[in-house]
Amino acid sequence: MSSIAQKLTGGDLKGLVARNGIFIAFIAAMIAFGIGSDKFLSFDNLESVVRSSAMIGVMALGVTVVVISGNLDLSVGSMLSFGTVMVVDLHDKIGPGPAILVMMACVLALGAFNGFLIGFVRLNSLIVTLGMLSAIQGLTLIYSGGKNVDIDPSTQDTTWFRVFGRGDIAGVDMPIIIFFGLALIVGMIVAFTPYGRRIYAVGGNSTAAVFSGIRRRRVVFSTYLVSSFCVGVAAIILGSRVMGSQNNVGQGYELLVLAAVILGGTSLLGGSGSILKTVIGVLILGFIQNGLLLLGYPYFAQWIVTWIVIILAVWLDVAAKRGRLLSSIS
Amino acid sequence: MSDVKPALRLEGIVKTFPGVRALDGVDFEVRPGEVHALMGENGAGKSTLMKVLAGMYQPNEGQILIEDRPTIMANPIEAKHNGVILIHQELSLAEQLTVAENIFLGELPRSRLGFVDWKILDDRVGTILQKLNCDFGPRTKVGKLSIAKKQMVEIARALTHEGRVVVFDEPTASLTDAEKVVLFDVINELKADGVGIVYISHRMEEIFTISDRITVLRDGTYRGTLTTAETDEDEVTQLMIGRSLDYSRNESSGEFGDLVLEVAGLSCGKLFEDVSFNVRAGEVVGFYGLVGAGRTEIAETLFGLREPTAGSIRLNSSDVSIASPAEAIANGISLVPESRKEQGLVLGMNCRDNITLPQVGDMTAGPFVSNGAEVAIYDMYRDRLDIKAPTWRSLVGNLSGGNQQKIVIGKWLAMKPRLLIVDEPTRGIDVGSKAEIHNLIRELARSGYAVIVISSEMPEILRVSDRVIAMYQGRITREFTAAEVNEDNLVQAISGISGDEAAA
Repeated sequence: MSSIAQKLTGGDLKGLVARNGIFIAFIAAMIAFGIGSDKFLSFDNLESVVRSSAMIGVMALGVTVVVISGNLDLSVGSMLSFGTVMVVDLHDKIGPGPAILVMMACVLALGAFNGFLIGFVRLNSLIVTLGMLSAIQGLTLIYSGGKNVDIDPSTQDTTWFRVFGRGDIAGVDMPIIIFFGLALIVGMIVAFTPYGRRIYAVGGNSTAAVFSGIRRRRVVFSTYLVSSFCVGVAAIILGSRVMGSQNNVGQGYELLVLAAVILGGTSLLGGSGSILKTVIGVLILGFIQNGLLLLGYPYFAQWIVTWIVIILAVWLDVAAKRGRLLSSIS
Repeated sequence: MSDVKPALRLEGIVKTFPGVRALDGVDFEVRPGEVHALMGENGAGKSTLMKVLAGMYQPNEGQILIEDRPTIMANPIEAKHNGVILIHQELSLAEQLTVAENIFLGELPRSRLGFVDWKILDDRVGTILQKLNCDFGPRTKVGKLSIAKKQMVEIARALTHEGRVVVFDEPTASLTDAEKVVLFDVINELKADGVGIVYISHRMEEIFTISDRITVLRDGTYRGTLTTAETDEDEVTQLMIGRSLDYSRNESSGEFGDLVLEVAGLSCGKLFEDVSFNVRAGEVVGFYGLVGAGRTEIAETLFGLREPTAGSIRLNSSDVSIASPAEAIANGISLVPESRKEQGLVLGMNCRDNITLPQVGDMTAGPFVSNGAEVAIYDMYRDRLDIKAPTWRSLVGNLSGGNQQKIVIGKWLAMKPRLLIVDEPTRGIDVGSKAEIHNLIRELARSGYAVIVISSEMPEILRVSDRVIAMYQGRITREFTAAEVNEDNLVQAISGISGDEAAA
């Protein structure tokens, strides 16, 4: 092996693949789709993929924070339905600004409720947020009376609320800017602030974190505020883009979001992972779905392929760690 | 004895991992009816050798001979069938199951209908438990037992098999002195039955009590085999670390500073009751007692992890109430906890981040953690404590036990505490690092820290303490100065036999 190659790979090609498997898979998938469809690598298509991934991406940022701290949040999908229905419904009644504020307050309150039960009462996060998934769906239906909501068609083109989903800055679509901007902010917080460090410590070993004077209950509580804040932002993007909402618009998103987080390589065990990884996970998921459509597969094929990709990603991850494909004896 | 056929022989074992030669041509043999101690510092290759023996690793070179018959141990089950039984350092029991179910897990006796035959199971387990002098029954849930008792279950499990060779890997790490005596009886019985015993331990006094021969490994190489009766601790230590160590007891200077901590009538439910003591600056106070005597619980109460039910805590002559570790830290108390892996470290984090974790909130430049300040702290304590890690980026989980413990100590020294509490500071650490940590504790006291040391090892307590507080069943039975204390009166005080103020 030449010295340059050695430098690049750290003298260990296998290690390089293991560490950066997700990037390599990403590039491989891009090349494969690029060969399969001449539209795939066009700028318009790439931009449309990123834009349509932005909403999942924004939610995945918050869920990543929760997962790093060692918990789960399965309530983000129905929380998105709730937030979108609310902001759209209130838009015509109290104006866009107040609508956004009221909706954010309500969504944060839901997040705080999650955080209270998981952080302070110390209930299992899977149970709590799974329960919240259906409870919030019910709440949404009570709120809307079961009817879909719309923003008055006559104001749809004039309200400044349209900027979040339909606007652009210098030709870059607003959802993309919000996604990358928020990713930058959350990423900096997680990677470089004391608060971020505490999240990793709680996720890595919550007992040791407590023994180090970290207020575990508050940290866990706060991660659910972050998660629900991100859902609120996603609701604004979605409401603004569609100018209306169905009661169940976010159904199934919790799994897509979790898939993106796992695909990026953030461990469900907590204590590791990063926002950058999640951004990549989100993009891979988006490109897989788009690529399959362009190759002519039916819409639902992407569900199966997504599943396969996630299993492979997780499998390769554990296989690289233990140095063998299957678990050791017994 | 030399013409006895060995029960087991390892010849020229080589085991390599990527970048590491973990074992380099190691020879080792166990004769029937002997206790053969295997010693070496952490990372010397003891555990790797035993994993080769138990079929968990395949050697790259060399062979395993069982009664002169070359044998390949493809997996732990084959090893078991060949009569090689490994008792793990880390417990592997199903907490929700009973003692009996754990002992016969996977081979529960069946009745004719295919159900578990509880009668036979209870009988067989009862016999084994009796042999081990256990005070719990076959139907007790394992989760309810103390660590020491779980260890006995683990041993009981090994005894269900007809063993040629039984390997004990650090069996006494969590046992009290009384429980050790029982364990040694068991080992002696196995020995009398002609079983070969491999005994791995860091504790010199145990090795000299129980073993017949000692084999020493260093850096994956074989350093030699000594006959226990013809050697001494110095010689073994020399082989292990290439230098000799100071085992002297602490000479108390008797000159201390102001009162740092005054505890009066402190109770926490039934865990400990009416505990009063004080610690001065520059003084090391040792807490000695059996596991469950309430020592760790006192430390946890002082550190805000438990709420006292009665009594007062005064720090530097003012009353304080400590409701959380964060408040304890703010009051200048540091606790190096009992279990470094569970309580002391985030194993998946790097060395620097672990050391700065309690004070990361104060180390900011703007909103962000200051990288320079963090690395400076790490460098300082790496040099001061002689932490051996490739870089600060190394994950703490990859360091040896001794270096991990130094990281925990460094983390708490970096907080500049007035009161430093260290709970079992050298558990599972090799002799070289142990002596270093003892010297460090003495040095810290000399530089003005008030130090509380909790330990289950008598030599350790005697070596570091200016004053020794003996505890029995949640109460302080006696307080000794360094001049008064000796092994006899200390053992009496912690076993509730007598003593001037023996517990009711």
